Amino acid sequence: MRVALFITCFNDTLFPATGQAVVHLLERLGHQVVFPMEQTCCGQMHYNTGYHREAIPLVRRFVRIFSPYEAIVAPSASCVAMVRDLYPHAAELAEDRQLAAEIAALTPRVFELTEFLINKLGVEDVGAYYPHRVTYHPTCHSLRHLRVGDAPLRLLRAVKGIDLVDLPAAEECCGFGGTFAVKNADTSMAMLSDKLRRVLDTRAEVCTAADNSCLMHINGALHRQRTGVRTLHLAEILATTERDFR
Amino acid sequence: MRRSSVPIELKASFPESAKTSLRDTQLRRNLGKATQTIRGKRAAVVNEMPDWENLREAGRAIKQRVMRHLDHYLLELETAVQRAGGQVHWARDAADANRIVAEIARNHASKEVIKVKSLTTDEIKMNEALGELGIHALETDLAELIIQLADESSSHILVPAIHKNRAEIRELFMRKLGVEELSDEPAALAEVARRHLRDKFLNTKVAISGANFAVAETGTICVVESEGNGRMCVTLPEVLVSVMGIEKIIPTWQDYEVFLQLLPRSSTGERMNPYSSFWTSVTPGDGPQEFHLVLLDNGRTQVLADEMGRQTLYCIRCSACLNVCPVYERVGGYAYNSVYPGPIGAILTPQLRGLENAESLPYASSLCGACYDVCPVKINIPEVLIHLRGRVVRERQERQGVRHNLYPEDLAMQMLTQIFLDQFQFERVQRLGRLGQEPLARGGFIGNLPGPLAGWTAMRDMNVIPEQTFREWWRSRYE
Repeated sequence: MRVALFITCFNDTLFPATGQAVVHLLERLGHQVVFPMEQTCCGQMHYNTGYHREAIPLVRRFVRIFSPYEAIVAPSASCVAMVRDLYPHAAELAEDRQLAAEIAALTPRVFELTEFLINKLGVEDVGAYYPHRVTYHPTCHSLRHLRVGDAPLRLLRAVKGIDLVDLPAAEECCGFGGTFAVKNADTSMAMLSDKLRRVLDTRAEVCTAADNSCLMHINGALHRQRTGVRTLHLAEILATTERDFR
Repeated sequence: MRRSSVPIELKASFPESAKTSLRDTQLRRNLGKATQTIRGKRAAVVNEMPDWENLREAGRAIKQRVMRHLDHYLLELETAVQRAGGQVHWARDAADANRIVAEIARNHASKEVIKVKSLTTDEIKMNEALGELGIHALETDLAELIIQLADESSSHILVPAIHKNRAEIRELFMRKLGVEELSDEPAALAEVARRHLRDKFLNTKVAISGANFAVAETGTICVVESEGNGRMCVTLPEVLVSVMGIEKIIPTWQDYEVFLQLLPRSSTGERMNPYSSFWTSVTPGDGPQEFHLVLLDNGRTQVLADEMGRQTLYCIRCSACLNVCPVYERVGGYAYNSVYPGPIGAILTPQLRGLENAESLPYASSLCGACYDVCPVKINIPEVLIHLRGRVVRERQERQGVRHNLYPEDLAMQMLTQIFLDQFQFERVQRLGRLGQEPLARGGFIGNLPGPLAGWTAMRDMNVIPEQTFREWWRSRYE
């Protein structure tokens, strides 16, 4: 299949390794990856912060750039949720029926990486090898907005050599929440403290998730406190094979 | 640290109030323990219901119909209540409602009235209003009595004294009720309150209640409770006044089938609550012989006018959203500066008061969505939060006129839109960011960010922008 990568502005700039992992992974599975160079930002931060009108040009732009592709995949649950759940609202706000129709046609082809692998491609074992103790944090957008269910865990369980440990109270928010982490920094940090304690309790060396934004928040505190635990996007685990260790 | 005795200023924003609450270690522990217990109980009794999702759907559908035809149902209710011998009063706002209730109490020369816990009367500060006229309103719900004795306000919709543990309650009762010896066993604490209240139930002429539901068809009011104090309030006194928000209507008796399954399981985690009292105005020789229903607007029609925000009025005040909210669990009820805290408060308060009076509340959420999953009438709280954030921004921009372009956040967002609209501009900014971070970066992380981003690095390190963006790597791959 020909897959258009929706890298997200955040990953493009801050976590290029995640994007590279998605490319390697999908190519290894026999798919062709294309990267529409024009893409920038889906407008999620604008929209979730209340800047709805300011987000509309970005919505239009995204729809124009990605409409030609049959499958669009992003390593970010929250950006996919923006497109799927909030783009229809943006079209309504813009009072643009044409845009609404284009969005309705586009959104069924936009996938978060793990749901694409499990639901669309039907693969669980992607041939990965990752000999580390790992715990998985289901981000709110993957869990409660996209409802990816256990797709990420099924992929992780199939990884060779992995020591996958359950995260207690995993379904509770880590406290990131986009601009919430800055506007309500104290509350955000109180939520993160509890998440951190649970991550540390697992004795895992890596905490993984399907969204680098939450992971950046979690890792920021893991690093500040010199815990010796780090975060890594799930795509990077799935992209790792035994060949990388030879 | 102990709770400070200085009340939080009403005008304080959520982040400011939250800062204070977060420092209260006793509160953090009490709340964490209590919300986790209720959460577990709720999950157990909800999971045993095979048709729970259908019930939620039905609850939402009934409430949706009520809001669409509220004008019709209100008049139907008024007629039914009057037909059964009750009096109906329409109150546009808090002052209206309080004046009506005070007049009724005065007509019966009552210096004291008893109350069964009612959020609506808390919303309009009825106890204070009556107090100014020399009428004492005595709360009869155990938790309400506790906070009334402590001179505090409620911090939870259902469990107003959730912030207190039993040691604190024991100390309070010993101090305020003149008890010499008292253990902190719940049964002993309840016994003290019971003895204090029993006399009042038997000797007070006027009672005030709220209403969980009102059936438009028959005029029947329902109050759902656990302690029996409500049953005594609505049966023993001579006069009963019920104050309800206009959104509490359900069309027919049959609709109780849905709501009396949804409410107890969602709120206390019980299959059925101990006491459900129903009354239809007056019954000769049985119960209060004078009944008044006060129908309160107080901003509700304003909420109704917003098609997206309207679903907020479906709320049946179960408090399930508070108990699962990771924000509420940590900051408690006071941080919301309203009788309606938690996720439902974050969307209800700003709509009732006007957004400009509670601008920070729609932002008091990480949009995690746990509230939507448990809401028995499927209020999409995250969706409404985002909608209200949009209104906050738009209304502020309209208030500020052209000057809004100088508001730092507007400026930043507009600049970002311009950058993201042009691929090459975006790439230039990526490169600039990489250069600009150099003086701040140490070993792959930044420990100190300037300006509005300082909140991030106050407690966390920040990743640096790596040497190569993804698109640069992609280009290099095909060169």
